[in-house]
Amino acid sequence: MSAEAVVVRHRRYPLRQLAAWLRDLLRHDKVGFLGVLGILFFVGLALFGPIVVPEPGKPDVTKIYQPPSLEHPLGTDYEGRDVLAQVLRGGRSLIVVAVLAALLSTVIAITFGALAAYLGGTVDSLTGLVTDVILTIPQFPLLVVLSAFVKLDRPWLLAVLIGLLSWPTLLRAVRAQVLSLKEREYVEAARALGLSTFHILFREILPNMAPYIVMSFTIGVTSAIYAQVGLYFLGLAPLAGENWGIMLNLAWVRGAIFFKDSVLYILSPILAIALLQLSLVTAARSLEGLFNPRLRES
Amino acid sequence: MPEPILELQQVSVHFRRGRVLLRAVEDISFQLGLGDVLCLVGESGSGKTTLGKVVAGLLRPTVGVVRYRGQDVWRLDSGAFRRFRRAVQIVHQDPYASLNPIRTVVDTLVPPLLHHRIARNRSDAIERAARLLELVDLVPPEQFLPKYPHQLSGGQRQRVSIARALTVQPELIVADEATSMVDVSIRVSLLNTLRRLREELGVAFLFITHDLAMAKYFAWQGRIAVLYLGRVVELGPTPSVIGDPLHPYTQALLAALPEPDPDLTRRKSKLLLRSLDIPSLAHLPSGCPFHPRCLRFVSGLCDVERPSLRFVDAHRSVACHVVVQERAAGDLPPSSQEAATRRADERMPFERG
Repeated sequence: MSAEAVVVRHRRYPLRQLAAWLRDLLRHDKVGFLGVLGILFFVGLALFGPIVVPEPGKPDVTKIYQPPSLEHPLGTDYEGRDVLAQVLRGGRSLIVVAVLAALLSTVIAITFGALAAYLGGTVDSLTGLVTDVILTIPQFPLLVVLSAFVKLDRPWLLAVLIGLLSWPTLLRAVRAQVLSLKEREYVEAARALGLSTFHILFREILPNMAPYIVMSFTIGVTSAIYAQVGLYFLGLAPLAGENWGIMLNLAWVRGAIFFKDSVLYILSPILAIALLQLSLVTAARSLEGLFNPRLRES
Repeated sequence: MPEPILELQQVSVHFRRGRVLLRAVEDISFQLGLGDVLCLVGESGSGKTTLGKVVAGLLRPTVGVVRYRGQDVWRLDSGAFRRFRRAVQIVHQDPYASLNPIRTVVDTLVPPLLHHRIARNRSDAIERAARLLELVDLVPPEQFLPKYPHQLSGGQRQRVSIARALTVQPELIVADEATSMVDVSIRVSLLNTLRRLREELGVAFLFITHDLAMAKYFAWQGRIAVLYLGRVVELGPTPSVIGDPLHPYTQALLAALPEPDPDLTRRKSKLLLRSLDIPSLAHLPSGCPFHPRCLRFVSGLCDVERPSLRFVDAHRSVACHVVVQERAAGDLPPSSQEAATRRADERMPFERG
């Protein structure tokens, strides 16, 4: 058999690798497996919820704060709309904005953290300065203040704002890791071979940090969700559209807490948020096995 | 002597540690021609690895010039500098750190082949990678190509490192303790592989080791430079340095080598040093840096004046006042000694006079 044929036969296809990892999780790490299932469920909900689930109905004063029934399994809200439909449809904007924000902050952190560490000198001091400034500003209060000036009615604007504020911690971690990895002998060998800085940074160094980066990305998603929910709950982002944050705000403001039939109405968005965060955190913990060739052997 | 590929001229490397200046490498000059072997021998902390990095173009010397084919490498434009980098490759000491743990052998060998357009396309690159593995005795290569570093033994990894260095068809390989971390049983076969590469491909070697026996085995046709605290104390052809060491430090190093014959070891195991402590690089002794440990120490000379590397015959040079004086007084009349030095200057101009 020719050398190329052997290499092709041993090539690791990403999908096959993913499947092997999931099989491994199912066997050795049930909690992590559940976390992955949870993420898949919520991503599915975000994608298809608003398409599949019908709208929660028109406001109807005769049906407000109804207890759970067959027609409304989680009851109705302050203006008589179905709560279950709202919960199923209300994940999309939160999740999309959170993923966009985390993506933005991860890209910023990786690019500038890696470049700062690898190039050093002025680039490093400059990024260090900017990072320190952003890091010292308390993020949530700043978001609150900013929301007074910027109308956060478009989801991408919210995502950009959160993303632009949340990269400094990850950048520092990336910088520290690259500083240590760039002294490795295989990096020195790559330099001696005359390979490009791009190749060294993105093919030799960063893949070694992949589990850490994906983990930080998921943690970034969770904190972006909390930031949004906080903004909506405080009424600082426009209450247009439907999502779990807006539900919580309305339940609170319209006095749903005073009706014992509305327990499920209040709890359901909270539970949805908590479950989503739990899935993210447990899955993040199990990601190591997807990237480390030592661990994925079977 | 043909035109040297690489020449070091009075190279020094200093590091700053807070307020302290560490003179890791001080005033070193030598040349390497095509197919040459030069062994750097010395204790840990003697500047061997630092010097290796300077030769490989990974570290810029604080003082002095590194010339590649006659041109100062740190004044080359980026394209010419890359050609120099390519011509000098390095094989590291630790086979567990020198390969990227997430890249297979193929992934390690193919990028340099493609990057420098040595291979036409990916399948050609894989084919060439397989031939390189055969060259470093990893057969059958098909078995090793898809492997990750953790699936290989220390010796096999070291061979992959060597194959990686060979991808860019280097003229000089800096082997930085390349054999010292593999098992003794594998060491000799690894050395034989390196020696075969030198003979078949004409690659020059800068072989860095702390083990004189290793140097003797690998560089018998070449030269040895003995380093002490960043300075070359003795330089000469391997057989004469090993057979008839001149510098007291070289003598002490050789005396420390265990002999296979226990009787012999017992007889010769006299310690040829006044003190076991290596002075710190941050606080070098005055005069000759070896004088606090030297048996032949002459007060008022060795602790005052720093000896420079001087020729004692056509091929050998030593940095020691006592030896140089002895030689000058005994072996040769001063005039013919000078002639010998001049002759040597023409042939091996690594001396600074």
